[in-house]
Amino acid sequence: MSDKPHVDEISGVETTGHEWDGIRELNNPLPRWWVWIFYATIVFSIGYAIYYPSIPLLNDFTKGVGGYSSRAELNQELDAAAAAKAGLLARLAETDVTEIPSDPELMRFAVSGGAAAYRVNCSQCHGSGAQGGFGYPNLNDDAWLWGGDLQSLYTTIAHGIRFETDDQTRYSEMPAFGRDGILDRQQIKALALYVRSLAGLDDGWVDAGETEQSFLDNCAACHGEDGKGMAMMGAPNLTDAIWLYGSETDQIIRQISEPRHGVMPAWGDRLGDVTVKQLTLYVHQLGGGE
Amino acid sequence: MALMDKHQILEKNASLLLVFSFLVVTIGGIVEIAPLFYIDNTVEKVEGVRPYSPLELKGREVYVREGCYLCHSQMIRPFRDETERYGHYSLAAESMYDHPFQWGSKRTGPDLARVGGRYSNAWHVQHLTDPQSVVPESVMPRYGFLAGQEIDPSLIAETLRTNRAVGVPYSDEMIKQAAADLAAQADPNADTSGVTGRYPKAVTGDFDGDPKRLTEMDALIAYLQMLGTLVDFEAYQADAFVR
Ligand code: HEC
Ligand code: HEC
Ligand code: HEC
Repeated sequence: MSDKPHVDEISGVETTGHEWDGIRELNNPLPRWWVWIFYATIVFSIGYAIYYPSIPLLNDFTKGVGGYSSRAELNQELDAAAAAKAGLLARLAETDVTEIPSDPELMRFAVSGGAAAYRVNCSQCHGSGAQGGFGYPNLNDDAWLWGGDLQSLYTTIAHGIRFETDDQTRYSEMPAFGRDGILDRQQIKALALYVRSLAGLDDGWVDAGETEQSFLDNCAACHGEDGKGMAMMGAPNLTDAIWLYGSETDQIIRQISEPRHGVMPAWGDRLGDVTVKQLTLYVHQLGGGE
Repeated sequence: MALMDKHQILEKNASLLLVFSFLVVTIGGIVEIAPLFYIDNTVEKVEGVRPYSPLELKGREVYVREGCYLCHSQMIRPFRDETERYGHYSLAAESMYDHPFQWGSKRTGPDLARVGGRYSNAWHVQHLTDPQSVVPESVMPRYGFLAGQEIDPSLIAETLRTNRAVGVPYSDEMIKQAAADLAAQADPNADTSGVTGRYPKAVTGDFDGDPKRLTEMDALIAYLQMLGTLVDFEAYQADAFVR
């Protein structure tokens, strides 16, 4: 390599000085616009570090002259969102859930909020159309385990069902007639067929008389003498075509022998009173509210 | 141009360039990471966060092993849409006993940081066994085999000890009782005062629908049911964690 940089004859530009098989590389400077943008980013980063929280100190960090904090910003945003809805939210908070339907504007607000909250929190169990599934009740129909009036629905949603960490949760337990040896297999089978006959499912089975008595003795306390259920106990109506755990004889035998019990989480603490009211009104107007 | 000429020495010597690149990245790393270890307010001071109970810890192991973090985050960011959907934003304190943390970076499914108490045990079993049976639109894979994998309680004390080695404050008592606590938490008939005394708010009872066996399904659900439930946010002002 000579002291003076080699200059390409055709373009008049210096080369890097290497040569591979007679090929040399032009040493063009970086485009000016690129260099200036590069310098600008350095200047910007200094301003950024001064404006935003950035530099670690001994026990703390620089808070920046802008006073920015993502958590404070969130709080402001939530406050602003609450303020925008303040009138309606405040009215919802102070109106009793049973009185909301008489205020059409409030009702519209509540139902649309309830629909949104339903999709996030409830659809995973009750289905996106509230149609329910095995073990999860359909919320569109007019059959209710725990009552379908506004007050009952509010209690169910706020405190859940058999949800042990909520001390006001709804609770009831059907005895395990088979597992605990209260009834024998013959009696259970006969009761299952009796239950099916209550629901109008005809197996050509005829009660010799004692099964009805056995139902009155063992089941009527919760399911009612006529088998129509009792909201106090969350005991389902056994005479309709709606089944939580199936209407096949085997499925009913299983429920009598070793009952399943649905558990639903409590939403009052998690979502707050206003959202629970919205959900109550949403569920109530789905079709089956009483 | 003298400086630029010196820089050319680096540019022309690959080994030297490598050494200096490492040096620059190291300085950047130290400036960014080291202060987090000594600045006081990195980890918020809150009531309630405790080490995982043995069963939860086992469940966490299953969670990591199965790669749940590839589809689920455990980090609710301080944005309105996230806090309205998932609950209070996550605090550093809530994952201070996580080794390694499960913040994740991809949400194919929802965030799980506060999934505890959101569902029943029965729902979790059904969902893990066949997600599409409860959420028809789900793309989550099936994990039903976990219900067939029994847990070997003899290793749990070592797991606790390992966690203690990296800074989780497990006491000698906790390590001694680890195997007993592991079994008691998932046994509906056991006396659970020991577990809930050592690990407040631990959810107890049968999780997988089979009280006779202690399976990985029990452990995973016990873990899911406690996620995000330890801190009682009612007790704090809205701006308590702003810094
Ligand atoms: C973990 C699953 C789960 C989730 C999530 C869930 N539910 Fe339920 N829900 C149930 C089960 C199971 C029952 C039936 C309990 C029983 O068998 O007594 C039920 C019952 C109900 C009932 C009473 C039905 C009746 O016939 O009396 C209402 C109302 C209800 N849920 C509303 C909701 C709302 C609103 C949400 C969302 C905030 C929700 N549920 C979320 C599982 C769930
Ligand atoms: C202590 C109250 C109680 C008693 C007594 C009781 N049940 Fe029940 N039963 C319930 C409850 C509560 C449910 C609903 C469980 C749930 O919601 O998960 C239920 C559910 C059922 C079901 C399932 C219904 C469905 O929709 O799938 C059948 C069938 C049934 N009971 C039959 C009986 C028979 C037969 C007897 C008498 C041998 C009986 N029950 C006694 C409380 C009771
Ligand atoms: C391929 C990605 C994928 C993997 C891997 C995965 N999940 Fe999921 N998960 C999903 C999707 C998508 C959903 C939402 C639909 C649903 O509820 O199934 C979901 C939902 C969930 C939910 C319900 C959350 C809520 O708030 O609704 C839980 C709990 C859950 N997953 C736990 C797990 C666990 C535990 C594992 C590991 C054993 C796991 N997931 C692995 C994709 C995944």
